[in-house]
Amino acid sequence: MSTQTPARSGQQLIKEARARLEELDPAQVNEILQHARSNGNADQAPVILDVREQQEFEQGYIPGAVHVPRGHLETRIEQAVPDRSRRVIAYCSTQNRSALAAQTMMDHLGYDDVAVMTGGFTLWKDRGYDFERPIAFTPEQRERYSRHLLIPEVGLKGQQKLLESKVLLIGAGGLGSPAALYLAAAGVGTLGIVDNDEVDLSNLQRQVIHNSERIGEPKVESAKRTIEALNPDVNVIPHATRLNADNVLDLIRDYDVIVDGADNFPTRYLLNDAAVRERKPVVHASILGFDGQLTTFVPYEGPCYRCLYPQPPPAELAPSCGANGVLGVLPGIMGLLQANEVIKLIIEAGEPLVGRLLLFEALSTQFTQLRVRRDAEGCPTCGDGVDLEHTEFEDYEALCAAAG
Amino acid sequence: MATVKIPPVLRPAVSGKSEVEVEGATVGEVLNGLAGRHPETRGQLFADDGELNRFVNIYVNDEDVRVQQGLETGVASGDTVVILPAMAGGGACASAP
Repeated sequence: MSTQTPARSGQQLIKEARARLEELDPAQVNEILQHARSNGNADQAPVILDVREQQEFEQGYIPGAVHVPRGHLETRIEQAVPDRSRRVIAYCSTQNRSALAAQTMMDHLGYDDVAVMTGGFTLWKDRGYDFERPIAFTPEQRERYSRHLLIPEVGLKGQQKLLESKVLLIGAGGLGSPAALYLAAAGVGTLGIVDNDEVDLSNLQRQVIHNSERIGEPKVESAKRTIEALNPDVNVIPHATRLNADNVLDLIRDYDVIVDGADNFPTRYLLNDAAVRERKPVVHASILGFDGQLTTFVPYEGPCYRCLYPQPPPAELAPSCGANGVLGVLPGIMGLLQANEVIKLIIEAGEPLVGRLLLFEALSTQFTQLRVRRDAEGCPTCGDGVDLEHTEFEDYEALCAAAG
Repeated sequence: MATVKIPPVLRPAVSGKSEVEVEGATVGEVLNGLAGRHPETRGQLFADDGELNRFVNIYVNDEDVRVQQGLETGVASGDTVVILPAMAGGGACASAP
């Protein structure tokens, strides 16, 4: 049995919707925005919802607004605003679409509290309030990154952050290869790679960024070629050198995040000192055989490498992959987990492994987490009162040699 | 009975096992119990003065014993004790390529 409601004009429909809704003037919305900014409690403030089309959004939007075009409202709103009890302020270009969207959300989708902004974005701009614009994506980029753009945690803003970010990879080997590949695929705009080695046949069991045709070539050049073919948006800066006390500060200064894929202890300690001094986050992983370790060091927010390992082990307790072997997929798994950490840091989503050490055992497919704490009292690198700017780097080769 | 997780570098000393059950009410007792049964592990775990080597980390139920009571940290039945040395990867410490 069907009941037909009397036909109304579009205008009447909108008028009826607006009559039931709470309306806020742009001045009130702006106050809410400023308040949330100064209080820093963005996750409790009302969600500002932009329901306009993609092209309109790209011309400018209210800072912090969540974008769900009205045509995709029913399918995307729950992911974009998961908490139905949270207050939402919807806007469009004037006030028609926002009224209809707000009505749908409250009547049919279970949202408790959806208000609308009168005058929409047009009035907001006229009043001279702040707005943001995403970078202009080419149609090809919108296609390339479409699977990212669809995820609320990434979206246009997150993809913009990725394209503007600069990541430095120490090593284009077992860990660096998969990390570099997937960071390039994700659209990290600048990838620096530090590696002084050449591609070797024995690398190809796991260092998938290289291939049989590249044997004998410098790894940084091989990596650059693979990345350029995968994603031309990425600018690869090869550093065919070994990290040492003379070049480390200059190398890391221009980058936002560092991926530690080094293969020896002195380099890891040196990198740690430099990264803490320059306040650069380092995503650290190490592997052997079937086992991997992973953590993210954010200077002074969590522990550093030296907090975790104050002293290197003697040589006989530090076997190398070259001597003892490693399952090929293991650096692949750990390198990808490193890339995941890097991406989370850049788009500011999720919880990076700060203060947590993830252990992976490939044979039993088990993950374990250990808690790692910053040693504020005793760490020679990041302890309270340690002045890194006026001290020289320790001689880590000697420190490691003395351990043996 | 605690479960001690053995890192790859120590497994040859415990007949290749990745986990060993050991009795003990403290970390010190458990690790000494392990070293008693598998003497090759003693030098890797303990310094000459009987203290833990600084380059090896021990965790009881995911927390470093150094922020607990060190070797006196209590171990209950069913707890997990993790021995964690640092790993570097490609080249050995003293002979970086």
